[in-house]
Amino acid sequence: MNKETIMEFVKKYTMIIVLLLVTGFFAWKTGGKILLPQNINNLIAQNAYVFVLATGMLLCILTGGNIDLSVGSIVCFVGAVGATLMENKGVNVWVSILVMLLVGLAIGAWQGFWIAFVHVPPFITTLAGMLVFRGLSNVVLDGMTISIKNETFINLFGGGADCYIPDLFGNATINLTCLLAGMLAVVIFIFVQLKGYMNKKSKGYETGSFSALIAKTIVLSVVILWFSYSLAKYKGIPTALVWVLVIVLIYGYITSMTTTGRYFYAVGGNEKATKLSGINTNNVYFLAYANMGLLSALAGMLTIARMTSAQPTYGQNYEMDAIGSCFIGGASAYGGTGTVPGVIVGAVLMGVINLGMSIMGVDANYQKVVKGLVLLAAVIFDVVSKKKSE
Amino acid sequence: MAKTLLEMKNITKTFPGVKALDNVNLLVEEGEIHALVGENGAGKSTLMNVLSGIYPYGTYEGDIIYDGELCKFTKIKDSEEKGIVIIHQELALIPYMTIGENMFLGNERGKKAKIDWTETYGQADKHLQTVGLKESSRTLIKDIGVGKQQLVEIAKALAKNAKLLILDEPTASLNETDSKALLDLLLKFKQEGMTCIIISHKLNEVAYVADKITVIRDGSTIETMVKGKDEINEDRIIRGMVGREIADRFPKRPDVKIGEVNLEVKNWTVHHPLYTERKVVDDVSINVRKGEVVGISGLMGAGRTELAMSIFGKSYGTNISGKLVINGKEVQLKAVRDAIDHKLAYVTEDRKGNGLILSNPIKINTTLANLNAISSHRVIDKDKEYAVAVEYKEKLKTKCPTVEQNVGNLSGGNQQKVLLAKWMFADPDILILDEPTRGIDVGAKYEIYCIINQLVAAGKSVIMISSELPEVLGMSDRIYVMNEGKIVGEVSREEATQEKIMSYILRSSKGE
Repeated sequence: MNKETIMEFVKKYTMIIVLLLVTGFFAWKTGGKILLPQNINNLIAQNAYVFVLATGMLLCILTGGNIDLSVGSIVCFVGAVGATLMENKGVNVWVSILVMLLVGLAIGAWQGFWIAFVHVPPFITTLAGMLVFRGLSNVVLDGMTISIKNETFINLFGGGADCYIPDLFGNATINLTCLLAGMLAVVIFIFVQLKGYMNKKSKGYETGSFSALIAKTIVLSVVILWFSYSLAKYKGIPTALVWVLVIVLIYGYITSMTTTGRYFYAVGGNEKATKLSGINTNNVYFLAYANMGLLSALAGMLTIARMTSAQPTYGQNYEMDAIGSCFIGGASAYGGTGTVPGVIVGAVLMGVINLGMSIMGVDANYQKVVKGLVLLAAVIFDVVSKKKSE
Repeated sequence: MAKTLLEMKNITKTFPGVKALDNVNLLVEEGEIHALVGENGAGKSTLMNVLSGIYPYGTYEGDIIYDGELCKFTKIKDSEEKGIVIIHQELALIPYMTIGENMFLGNERGKKAKIDWTETYGQADKHLQTVGLKESSRTLIKDIGVGKQQLVEIAKALAKNAKLLILDEPTASLNETDSKALLDLLLKFKQEGMTCIIISHKLNEVAYVADKITVIRDGSTIETMVKGKDEINEDRIIRGMVGREIADRFPKRPDVKIGEVNLEVKNWTVHHPLYTERKVVDDVSINVRKGEVVGISGLMGAGRTELAMSIFGKSYGTNISGKLVINGKEVQLKAVRDAIDHKLAYVTEDRKGNGLILSNPIKINTTLANLNAISSHRVIDKDKEYAVAVEYKEKLKTKCPTVEQNVGNLSGGNQQKVLLAKWMFADPDILILDEPTRGIDVGAKYEIYCIINQLVAAGKSVIMISSELPEVLGMSDRIYVMNEGKIVGEVSREEATQEKIMSYILRSSKGE
């Protein structure tokens, strides 16, 4: 390996390297506690909403560094509406879930309409949304807490004590279902990689280096296996993880493989050029914000299920977690670049920093300071590296 | 003989790949009005930017001697301190500030921590009187017309104690009366001892005010004519501006049979999107046949880009009226998508701003206008995309390591090829190429011309908008001349000469 390829490797995988270094640092500082199965489980369960929101936020940011400030309030409002329906009005749980999703989508469409078709700046529109829906949450809940008792709902969205996919084998020492799921994931992953490679070869397209592909596949497979083994040793697959995986896979696919996904990148890269290529750029903005509303609703359900209650204060600063994850995960503050896997790495990094500092017993106020500085550093890195490449 | 105020000696300025100025010499005497004339891109504005310090000392070669001393300006402030003030073609006034605030922007009266408004507006009113404006200096800029705004710019220059005033196309957006008033004002200043350099395309105005006329062509000074000594007439100036040989800079086109009319535009009128009462394109009727290259010639701001973009799915302008006939059928193109679906393509003049996504790789740019061709059910076949990009890279001989390369890292000529590839992949029948060779070197230009020839050989129609006369003459089967939003002439390949086209433009500018 010469120096250039190493530099390229470092540039491409900067955030993963940083994540490994940070994890290593906390493993050292906490005497390995952060890598305990229970903590890995917590990392996912506590941050499920961040993964979901950050995925939606990525689409907004892609359109040109635009953010959505209202997500925290929407999370709270949707939760409040759902809790009221299920617990106070006695509405069927499935109907309630549908209503919650529709409410989220409607709010997103409302904001998207002003942003896309009337060209109200997103910052202002969503700032207004942040105030409006925080206020309405209070109105709906009448300033009180509603506790959620519906078992179906709690189990479905991974709350309460029993928030794991049930083990089919009932082995006491290790959760075999989880282990098997991990292995299955590895098999599918290897299959997809190989098929893509063979496909390219058979059509006579250029393929990358085969050894690099093998190396990448092996590393990722090992990570998946270790991850599922850790979870298996604790209590199995957290239900929230399933939701996160579904969202990440769907949106990862949309952003990287479909024409709609391509439009998001194009609008952020050069809106005028995109318009002159016959693409309706207004629709792209609308879609970004409508979708953000929908995902906020899902995050709202995950939140109230986990807490088994709805309160007017839920969801505060969620937007900041989502925005932070995107920028740390390599989304450009000017739009046009950023990937779903990158954002997930960003969210994990934030989660690791949170968890590590909590285990170390760092004062919560200092935790905020550290998180703020990490975010600033990530954006400085983006801006400076962009300047250099010019 | 009067004292020499400014001498620019052997000025050479190179941009990456282009020599914009080549050993230019300019001599300006105190108290004279000196006109600079030349084609678009001849280097007039570059020369003035060197003088005013926009291109700082060290980025050019040669000496500037002003008022007897050698100057090394590193920023605009430096030249302004010496009394050299430039007024750009694009007015640089802030609409929602008052005349007075604009006038002293960056040059505020009073102390750093406290602006003295009485002083500001008092002085502003004084300068406004000098330029003959009756408006109060507390009027907002947006509330006065363009002609008066131009006068405010001059008053602003006076407020900076200008000794040498440089005006870049000061009358470009003014009507007859306002232009005359402005020119008379310059003559009045001259009596009071002010020195002016004026850049203009309007030769009648130049002849009216200038004491000396310097002709610049291709980055070199051709000659300086002195009023009263040399005989000054338009023919002589035009010859100086365009006089060069068209050598073998254009590939020979194989005999292409020109077919029937492919696109016809009838009575096309477009209004400015902001100043809706202004007609940017005025009753234009043009057509292009299959296998034909039609050139549209004209100066910058003639309305050519606006014409093309308004045809291309109304991507410019408001209140568009007129008829579009494609292949014998009248069509309505309401959006860019409609235009593409009707096999129209518009290759922009501004490839960085409107054409390419610089931060994205070649392959993504190549397919952006026709994603459907490489996807099924909205899922992109990335392998196919790669193959398409490679195919066009080879077809157009784009120089790049791989098609994964970001477009921003390519040279201008190669960027232009990617842009052409993008629109060729959209499979149009009619291509409107807007300044297809702007800012690229001679070799790449030749290759672009070859591509144009291939396109028409395949039976496509090409409309080529260009400010470079030799290019229009060398490539077109037929040429429309456009000026001030109107078609002012149409010439066939056989009868077209540079002098003829230039005189069409200049005659119509006079309002004949």
